[in-house]
Amino acid sequence: MTYTQLAVLAVVLAVAADLWAFRTRLVRRRVFWTSYAIIVFFQLITNGMFTGFGVVRYDGGAIIGGDSPVSGPPPFLGDGRIAFAPVEDLLFGFALILLSLSLWVFWGRRGVQRTPVSGPPIWRRRGGPGGP
Amino acid sequence: MGRYSYVAILAFVMVGCLWLEVALRTRVFRRWLRLLLSIAPAVVVFFAWDVYAVAQGHWSFDPERILGITLPGNVPLDEVLFFVAIPIASILTLEAVRSVKDRWVVGDEPSRGDEQ
Repeated sequence: MTYTQLAVLAVVLAVAADLWAFRTRLVRRRVFWTSYAIIVFFQLITNGMFTGFGVVRYDGGAIIGGDSPVSGPPPFLGDGRIAFAPVEDLLFGFALILLSLSLWVFWGRRGVQRTPVSGPPIWRRRGGPGGP
Repeated sequence: MGRYSYVAILAFVMVGCLWLEVALRTRVFRRWLRLLLSIAPAVVVFFAWDVYAVAQGHWSFDPERILGITLPGNVPLDEVLFFVAIPIASILTLEAVRSVKDRWVVGDEPSRGDEQ
């Protein structure tokens, strides 16, 4: 299988695990998509560093775009790439993020260290506006 | 940066998220067992994918920009650190959002019991 095929499969499996195996249903929750929006912003920066500096190279036969060039960075945008990295990396990242968040919530639901819960932020006093 | 290039990028990720544990009181590391149980399966699954991808030549690493320690399956140690760092960053982000948006339901809320 190509990286493109595996990346799509990984997203499907991660969503299926979230919905039916772990029953965490994160993909239907606002808190997940808000978190993902923050994470994907930083993912694009790190993906860009990994590929722009040539730490990782990709085979054109495995991705939508072409081979990583032997010297110099690949296209910043275009040829199947976003921020130097193959678009497949976004799917790879989504699957990794969803799987780990889904497991985290799964264990919490099972009663594994459900507490102490998160918050409040240091600038918000406990029991104050928006507090518990 | 040479052989520390890869881990330097991971350090950037950790610097970008570890402060949340203090400033937003995410308490992720105080729930270390839950964290460990969440990371471990992800490491196993993505390590297996990495072994396959490296064997197939889907991606490769510049030997000058990684630590140089190769694990069974021909996967650089740097990659395993990545599979640990990204789940930590993701979980810290989720709990940081929950810290600010304390009415947004995730499904593991103590007061909500085990309801669906």
